[in-house]
Amino acid sequence: MYSASDLKKGLRIKIDNEPYIITEFNFVKPGKGQALYRSKLRNMITGAQFERTFRSVDTFEPADLQEKKMQYLYKEEEKYCFMDNESYEQVFLTEEQVGEAKNFFIDNLEVEILFFEERPLGVTPPNFVDLIVVKAEPWAKGDSVSGKTKPVTLQTGYQIQVPPFIEEGEKIRVDTRSGEYLTRVKG
Amino acid sequence: MRDNWRLTKNQAALHIRARMICAIRDFFISKDYLEVETPSMITAPIPEPHIDAIPCGDLFLHTSPELYMKRLLAAGYPKIFQICKCFRAGERGAFHLPEFTMLEWYCQGMDYRLLMKECENLIISIVHNLGYGNEIHYQNKTLNLKKPWETISVRDAFTCFAPIQMDEAVKEDLFDEIMVSHIEPHLGIEQPTFIYDYPVSGATLAKAKEEEPDIAERFELYMGGIEIANACSELTDMKEHHTRIEKVQQYRYSMNKPMYPVSDYFLHDIAHMPEAAGIALGVDRLAMIFNNTSVIDDVVAFTPERG
Repeated sequence: MYSASDLKKGLRIKIDNEPYIITEFNFVKPGKGQALYRSKLRNMITGAQFERTFRSVDTFEPADLQEKKMQYLYKEEEKYCFMDNESYEQVFLTEEQVGEAKNFFIDNLEVEILFFEERPLGVTPPNFVDLIVVKAEPWAKGDSVSGKTKPVTLQTGYQIQVPPFIEEGEKIRVDTRSGEYLTRVKG
Repeated sequence: MRDNWRLTKNQAALHIRARMICAIRDFFISKDYLEVETPSMITAPIPEPHIDAIPCGDLFLHTSPELYMKRLLAAGYPKIFQICKCFRAGERGAFHLPEFTMLEWYCQGMDYRLLMKECENLIISIVHNLGYGNEIHYQNKTLNLKKPWETISVRDAFTCFAPIQMDEAVKEDLFDEIMVSHIEPHLGIEQPTFIYDYPVSGATLAKAKEEEPDIAERFELYMGGIEIANACSELTDMKEHHTRIEKVQQYRYSMNKPMYPVSDYFLHDIAHMPEAAGIALGVDRLAMIFNNTSVIDDVVAFTPERG
């Protein structure tokens, strides 16, 4: 059982026996008022999205989902293909089901595929993925002092803010939960 | 060294923040306010329906310096201010840190209307100190700081922006939800906005209006849709203090919230409370406006997650 203060982006809860994922979450508290938890939820089966504001007294059941380790294979006609390494079973997810996780898909990446009663619903990449920078402006000396960041493009097409000393061809580690740069990877 | 970029990233914001705090001190000292310090570890947190304290050994970390500053006021310190860290359990979001910096000041003989004027003057003086003109840019909008700032009563704000009227919202227990979703996004967009005359139910230690006992002489300042300060004409009536505190205790008990002792010292000293107005202003939030960011993390060096 979750309480409203456990809610966060990515959490999966059950409402009316269907699984929902929290896609946006914000803690707010109007002056002297009570804590409110403004959330956007997506029905993981129908894809329907809606907004809901919860109070701290609200409670939630976790969604009844199974996760299975699979490998990312390829993308074909807006479908993403994954394979179970033991049974060689293949499943497909749509662009929408994959969501932001596609920013981290490199060949043979091991991911968790989410099932609801045998139906694949979504995918979670590992928390950390190392990706190559394919496009970056050169480092203007002195920028590290002012603490600015610059945008670069990674091998998956993902654009990300990084410290200015990161250059083209380097590998960086990205936290897939926040989508943020973590550190430079040597070698 | 390079991997410390998260700490260097907010450098410009931390400079602005430090200059703000300097400007705040200059303003109050030039107006003959006395800077005071009150305990952070206390026995009896303020009775508020929706503010929870963080325990600290046998004591609590203060959620605001209000009670102690009022005791000073009652003891004959007519103009006092304080800049301090405050601590609140369970508050974390884009505008909230469980440990945040508060500016609080009290002035004997003022009421909430006069306090709005002083609040205007303070913020304009900070703005000039930071080298900005009468316009600042926040989240792709221009905030015009020329006096007088916009004022709107809570009742009128409901009429303008909400699907139902204020009294109905209070009755239906929807006040907070409507405030957040329908009203706050409209406040302080072109000019800073004072929204005033709140239902007394949400203003524990604020004075009620003589002609309208259900309404408290309380205001909030909004800039860019963000609540920056909360103020009121202070409650002075001894009996009313007891009634209000009792009500909060009952509410907290009914909601299964942690219960806090009531300070006998406070209740004793408050008997000499003069007519006064007081205000609490979130320093981090104001720093967000001047740094044009919508996330409080950008104006502090460390957040609890990266402690």
